[in-house]
Order: sequence, then structure tokens, then C-alpha cells
Amino acid sequence: MEERLKLEIQAYPAAKLSMEHIFKEFPSNRGTVKALDDASITINEGEFVCFVGPSGCGKSTMLNIIAGLEKPDSGIALIDGLPITGPGRDRLVMFQEHALFPWLDVISNVMFGLKQKPNLTDSERLEVAKYYLYLVKMDKFSKSNIHELSGGMRQRVALARALAPNPKILLMDEPFSALDAMTREQLYGDIQNIWKKRRKTIIFVTHNVREAVCLGDRVILFSPHPGRIRREFKVDLPRPRNINDHDLADLSQQITAELKGYQCAAECD
Amino acid sequence: MNRSLISTSFFVILILIWAACTGDLSGIGINLKLWPDYVMPPPSGVFEYLWDNSINGKIPMAMLVTLRRLFIGYFIGLVIGVPLGMLAARFRAVNDTLGVMGLGLQALPSVCWVPLACIWFGQSEAALLFVVIMGTLWSVLLSTQNGMNNVPPIYARAARTMGASSFYTLVFVTLPASLPFVVSGMKQGWAFAWRSLMAAEIYVAVASGFGLGQHLHYGRELQRMYQVIGIMFIIILIGLLADKILFSPTEKWLHRKWGTDKK
Repeated sequence: MEERLKLEIQAYPAAKLSMEHIFKEFPSNRGTVKALDDASITINEGEFVCFVGPSGCGKSTMLNIIAGLEKPDSGIALIDGLPITGPGRDRLVMFQEHALFPWLDVISNVMFGLKQKPNLTDSERLEVAKYYLYLVKMDKFSKSNIHELSGGMRQRVALARALAPNPKILLMDEPFSALDAMTREQLYGDIQNIWKKRRKTIIFVTHNVREAVCLGDRVILFSPHPGRIRREFKVDLPRPRNINDHDLADLSQQITAELKGYQCAAECD
Repeated sequence: MNRSLISTSFFVILILIWAACTGDLSGIGINLKLWPDYVMPPPSGVFEYLWDNSINGKIPMAMLVTLRRLFIGYFIGLVIGVPLGMLAARFRAVNDTLGVMGLGLQALPSVCWVPLACIWFGQSEAALLFVVIMGTLWSVLLSTQNGMNNVPPIYARAARTMGASSFYTLVFVTLPASLPFVVSGMKQGWAFAWRSLMAAEIYVAVASGFGLGQHLHYGRELQRMYQVIGIMFIIILIGLLADKILFSPTEKWLHRKWGTDKK
């Protein structure tokens, strides 16, 4: 198992992402909404970056553009120097709702993405799927139906499904927001662990500042109406981080104060 | 009291009342004969008819003829209806044309096709099949379309980010995701097919085979009410068995997979 891991890391290095001057508008019944207004960001290989901001600030739009699910109105979106033209196996998304397929059991769900990958035999695919279920501690449930799992278990399976095809970039769109606090804390530990092992570029969208500070190397602050990138914070706290840590709480308080400022300014306009 | 006991005794009592009113119980001193046999035959007459004609092969033959028509017509209806429903869900132009037509034709009881079918195809097997297909097709088409339209879009998005092509997504994500709707549409299509076939068989005499509906029809012509009632029992039996054998297991499987059986 571990040998395979090293081999795959060599085969798929984490990617560098650069987004330059991204604009994106959506029509709404009160005119157009500027979801992103000249947003630029560079994300390095193997970096764990969190997008934080209130709803309507464009953080999910940015994620969807990186995923290739939406196209920017203008601006350049490059991954390893090549333009993003659509969804691709190199960038997998973990959604807020687990989006697992109820007609497949756990292992078949994890296999789904692997089946899209050429040059693998079925037994290799099965082996990889089993490994990732083991990584998210769900290997005992490989034959279970999705509805039999708890919310946290479902998100673990969704994580395994996103990791199994070995994407260069993992995009996580508020993946833990529907879970209870206990489960979430457990998953913070797990995700840091997996990130340390797999060294992927991870982009994590959340409106929970504490969560962002706990997970990210960098926290990018978005503000709404129009959606802009305001500021970024580097988080230099040692890993693995505990969400209840004192320094972590201090930093998130600082960021929250900053966020409140933007929100107030936007509402007073 | 236990539930199966309640329903069993209900039917036993019903048959006893029937027997008592038609002179079947004269052996135990109930000499009541409210109607002549050509209006309401006794249960013994119906049973005798069923027994004799099962032994001599007439009823099994009729069942075979009818079920053959039903399965062929239903199968053709499915094969046309499911893909058309998928197209109607996918392309607005198909929805605005075939979808609208389906909506209209589904409101038409398919026995209304019988006069036209007789002119177009003559008194033939094809006329009966046509009526069955018309009964199946539109309801299957509409429920497939409805099912596909109700699939949460997040499934397709997830599949696309995993690198699935749009055809692969349609066949392996959207279609299975809409399965609960499609199956209930297939069940409804089956019910329509069964009803329309019975109506058509009563209506159209075909030299190529005597089905259950035709036996029912000639039972009336010859005033053999024991035959009419006997055939009615067979028709009920087939309807119940189809549900138990074809649809019940499929629905159970769906409920187990989707977790919709928890009350």
C-alpha cells in the first residue's frame, strides 16, 4: 500500500493554480449580481487554502470556475500554465451535500471516478478504492448502502471518492457544514492527516472562520456585493492543529473582526 | 384478531352468501334461488367451468394467447417509451413536441384506439398489439421524463467533475437516479396495457388466437355467466400475480437501496 502511494505521488505532482482578473456575473430578478469582480489569486503546489466569506461573496463561484463547472465572463484561469476548459479528473470536487449515488454501495461509489480513468485493470481499481476507504476509516462499510450511513460517514465516503482517482487538486465546497460539531472535529484531524500523507493542493470553501484557520496554510477573505478578494492571512501554526487551540482562536477572532468590517461596509452602501 | 384471519373469513363469508343465494347450499336445507343461472350462476358452476376448462387446456391456452400479446405489446411500449422519455427530458424541442403529444394521448383511454386500429390493421393480432402499445407508451414516456427531470442536478455535476462523459452520465447516473420514477411509470404502463388489452379483446375477435377477453365476450353471447365470472377470476389472478412477481420485488429492492422504506 505505502509503495503504491509513493509511486502515485511521483506520477501526479500537485498542481499550481493561477486565477487572474476573474469577472463573473449572474442574472437575478433584481438585475445582475457581480459574483466575482476582478478576483486574482495564485495557489501553489500542495498548498491548503481556505476561502472564507459571507454568502454571496463569490467564494463558491471561484471554486466552480476552478472545477470547470462554470466559465468566467473574463479573466484567465490556468492550471499548471494550461487554461481550464471544463471539468476534469485532475480537479475533483467534494460538495456540501455528499452527492453519493444511492443506487451504488459504498465501494462502487468510490469506484465510479476510478472507472473514468483509463489504463487501469478492474482489480487495480478495486484495490485503490479499498485503500482510500481504509484511509478514511470506512473500509468496514464497503458493502453498505449510502442511506445506512451517518452524515459524517457519508462525507468520509465522499472524500474517499474524491481522492481515489488521485486528482491534482481537491476542491471542497463547505463539505462539513451539515455535520454536527463532534463529527466535524474528528474530520478536521482526519483531513489534515490525509493532506499530510497525500500532499495535494486543497481548496476549501467555508463560512466558518475557525474551520478555515484550523485547516489552511492560507486563509483568503472574500467580501460580497460585488464579490472581491479582500485580504489573505498566512497561518503559521504548527500541525496537526486543534480547533480549540488558543492561538488558533486568537487568529480567527482577528479575521472575524475584519470580515465583520467588510460586511458592514457592504450593507451600508 | 389476526389480520390474515380477518381477510380470510371475509372472503369465506362472501362466498357462502353467494352460494346460499344461488341454491348451492340446498344440501344443508337452504333452498334459496334468487336468480336463474344465466343471471347469477352458483359458485359450483363457476368452479366446475374453471376445473373442466383448465384440464382440457382451453383456459391455459387463452392465458397463453393473452399474456403473449400483453408481453409483446408492453415490451415494445417500453423499448420506445423509455428512450423517448429520456430524449424529452434532455431536449426542449422533444419535450415541446412528443412530450405534449404524450400528455394528450395519455388522457385518451387506449380502448378508444380500437376502431381506428381495426380499420388500419384489420381484425388482426397487429390491431390488438397496437392498442396495448398505445396504452403503455405514453405513460412510460411521461414518467421517464418526469423521473429524469427530478434527478438532483448535483449527481450529474459530481459525475462530470469525475471525468464522466455526458453520455456516460446519462446512462450510468441520470437513468439509475430516476429509476424509482421509471419503475412506477412501468407499473402504471403495465396496468394500462392490461386494461386496454382486455377491452380490445372483448371488442375485437381475432382468428389468430382466442384470448381471455374473447372468452369473456362469447360467454356473454352464449349466456354462460359461469364462464364470464370464471374468466373474470382468471383476469384478477393474472393482475395480482404480475404485481407480486414483476413489480413487488423490484420496488422492495429500490426501497432498500434508497432507504425509502423506513416509516
